[in-house]
Amino acid sequence: MNQSRLTHLQALEAESIEILREVAASFERPVMMYSIGKDSSVLLHLARKAFFPSKIPFPLLHVDTTFKFKEMIAFRDKTAADYGFDLISHTNPDGVRDNINPFTHGSSRYTDIMKTQALRQALNAGRYDAAIGGARRDEEKSRAKERVFSHRNAAHAWDPKNQRPELWRTFNARLNPGESMRVFPISNWTELDVWTYIYSEGIPIVPLYFAKPRAVVERSGTLIMVDDERLPLNPGETPREETVRFRTLGCYPLTGAIRSNAADLPSIIMEMQASRTSEREGRLIDSDSVGSMEKKKQEGYF
Amino acid sequence: MSLAMATPDTDLDLWLAQQTDKSLLRFLTCGSVDDGKSTLIGRLLYDSQLILDDQLASLRKESHNRTVGDEGIDFSLLVDGLVAEREQGITIDVAYRFFSTDKRKFIVADTPGHEQYTRNMATGASNADLALLLIDARKGVLTQTRRHSFILSLIGVKHVVLVINKIDLVDYDQATFDRIVAEYKAFAAPLGFQTLSAVPVSALRGDNILTPSDKTPWFNGTPLMPYLESIDVAEDRTAQKFRFPVQWVNRPNLDFRGFSGTVASGSVSVGDEVLIASSRKPAVINRIVTMDGDLPRAIAGQAVTLVLDREVDISRGDVLSHPGHTPEYSNQFQARLIWMNEEPAYPGRSYLLKIGSQTVPAAITDLKFRTNVNTLDQTAATKVDLNEVATVTIATDKPLAFDPYASNPLTGGFILIDRLSNATLGAGTIDFGLRRAQNLTYQSFDVNRAVRAQMKGQTPRIVWFTGLSGSGKSSVANILEKRLTAEGRHAYILDGDNVRHGLNKDLGFTEAARVENIRRVAEVARLMADAGLIVLVSFISPFEKERRLAREIAGDIDFTEVYVDTPIEVCERRDPKGLYRRARAGEIKNFTGIDSPFEAPSNPELVLHGADAEPAALADELHAFLKL
Repeated sequence: MNQSRLTHLQALEAESIEILREVAASFERPVMMYSIGKDSSVLLHLARKAFFPSKIPFPLLHVDTTFKFKEMIAFRDKTAADYGFDLISHTNPDGVRDNINPFTHGSSRYTDIMKTQALRQALNAGRYDAAIGGARRDEEKSRAKERVFSHRNAAHAWDPKNQRPELWRTFNARLNPGESMRVFPISNWTELDVWTYIYSEGIPIVPLYFAKPRAVVERSGTLIMVDDERLPLNPGETPREETVRFRTLGCYPLTGAIRSNAADLPSIIMEMQASRTSEREGRLIDSDSVGSMEKKKQEGYF
Repeated sequence: MSLAMATPDTDLDLWLAQQTDKSLLRFLTCGSVDDGKSTLIGRLLYDSQLILDDQLASLRKESHNRTVGDEGIDFSLLVDGLVAEREQGITIDVAYRFFSTDKRKFIVADTPGHEQYTRNMATGASNADLALLLIDARKGVLTQTRRHSFILSLIGVKHVVLVINKIDLVDYDQATFDRIVAEYKAFAAPLGFQTLSAVPVSALRGDNILTPSDKTPWFNGTPLMPYLESIDVAEDRTAQKFRFPVQWVNRPNLDFRGFSGTVASGSVSVGDEVLIASSRKPAVINRIVTMDGDLPRAIAGQAVTLVLDREVDISRGDVLSHPGHTPEYSNQFQARLIWMNEEPAYPGRSYLLKIGSQTVPAAITDLKFRTNVNTLDQTAATKVDLNEVATVTIATDKPLAFDPYASNPLTGGFILIDRLSNATLGAGTIDFGLRRAQNLTYQSFDVNRAVRAQMKGQTPRIVWFTGLSGSGKSSVANILEKRLTAEGRHAYILDGDNVRHGLNKDLGFTEAARVENIRRVAEVARLMADAGLIVLVSFISPFEKERRLAREIAGDIDFTEVYVDTPIEVCERRDPKGLYRRARAGEIKNFTGIDSPFEAPSNPELVLHGADAEPAALADELHAFLKL
């Protein structure tokens, strides 16, 4: 206890807690995005710490595209029951009515309707003035440019060329009517930080992150898990068992698995250290075009 | 997370322990446009083998038709992430990159070189310990090099590495390098950097990045990366005085009341006596609460919840400290201000000031001087324009707890926010509190406003008329004053034209002068109301901000904003003083309604429609509204 400075992870943890508390103190109706992935698990853990012994003073919002992995939904419901937070799940009813799916409508139209539009519906319905997200600056180039407190106009759009200056940790949380803020408490964490924190804190995560034999099909070099019967098989295509795991989680038809034997956290961290590819490589929606993430974010995507 | 380390009993734990021991260096790259900042970061990442295969593949694809080195890659594409940046080949906003080597972890902020994006450079600098200041060897020290250096010193970045880039384009010439370094050192001497070193590099070709280049045998310093891996920038924030800004009051139930926040500096232990800045009341730390269990002690940077031994009044924004080592507590201080908005800063205008978790209305009361970024000369000024730095006195509506920025950046740095748009307008660093403010209490006399008001049998108040020239403000005010006088009340009209002939005859019609004009009149109105009068102020007062300022100056005096809403066509037809005619003829500049805007009040207490009724009827309507 004669320590005079925090370790790297302790400093990151404290910084994130400070940001979460600032949101609770500054906004009328905050909400925390809960995507069920590892970053969301870390964010949830940080929020529990930030307000302890109080309960998390805002609800968690999950945008359910109906194509999430089954194990994700099961994990979500168990986590909500274990920790007793207020969970809101929203699915775009227009998308359900029109049976929007990534197979017949394409990934970008599907993502727009079931994720971006759905998110905007949920944010408008809840009249949330701040939405907390688990994005990190090391994930992607347009995220690397985003502020911790990221201003959105009344249409939820981001103006990357005109961001508010953000000095020290003095965040400007003020809004005009209809505007909102996206807040990213783990902006300064790297993927490795997230994994080592999960390991050292013993944070529960979805089992899909751990390698195990799963039924997959291979399409243009990407391994897609056959999570249910909705995945249309191409002529001559048969699912085969492979030992795989996921580096990121999203909608199962759009999330590529990697071949791996890493079945526990130490193996994952060691494997990651040796890896020569970035985690978003497995996300099919990012590779549409240069600047695709920036464009989605301008439209309101997280 | 508890401060104790797990026992390393497996390979992973051993490896994690090594990771934990690595220190973190936060640095930024800055300097003029096209000096190669983004390329340098790309080079550092590439040479350290930190660019992953899929990133490299897409980079090769995108580097087509661009300036590339031997590797066939335009490294700047690694950091310029916005579409507009790639299209224009420039950096607009600060990008953060994360990497680590065997020796150290790094967070680098790549900041823009263009003058118009200086605010984004300041954003990057505010969280950095060290700066790489790039200079193009062919161009030498430029205005933007000096501007960035000055901002670095203002923000308190103490370590600077002068990176003389594109040394290959001057044939690795030692004389060029020496000349630039000498010129820069002469300029930077007064800026007070703790360390200043220089290295000749070619970011494009990789000279002196990881290893000494054989092309510069005359350079016997350390190459860039080894230098970054070894420089000591640690500051022992825990050894400083204890500061705990309260962020959030933690009240899960009636039995628990804690104060959540982050220890800004110093440390605190259970049993310590602490002092609350706003009330000067003491209390003792009973518990230091975290989800991982109570702690005996909390150090700088830790986010905790403090529980005190007694019920004391504390809210968000309060600052806890140890007795005898308290922060300054004052409503006036001197600060240096970097302005970050297209609309200039004017003395007298009201802004919101945020420092730590405290937010209060504030105004610049004195603009001492502007500092020329090129020469560091100080010149007199009436406003602060975008990207300029000025030394100012600031007064806040309520006293604040703070420290000089040099002794504690977390309790000495603030931002100014626009009260209408909510934009962040500027950032400031406090030099010192103004001593007199600490014991500054307004002279209070035994005969006060209430006594004087009682003598006069009336409630003092300010009625503020706003509207275009010729709208009928003065006519209505005149009739109302006559009527009040007839009723035995004591009123007085402050009229725009009359005041400009006397008190404000030194003021013109520029925006700065208009702000000062309104400020003075508002102060006079307040004094008169304090003397017991009903004050009728008849001023065009075209700007929402200044009307708001007038209302704030009035303080607890009843303030009624009356908007005399008369269409400009009607005003121009009336033209009682022939001013519209002269403005149309170009004889008068900055005339409200013609070539200067009128911002209609969004929320006045009363609107009088000047085109629909005679002044006498409007005065009746106002008289009834005032319920005198």
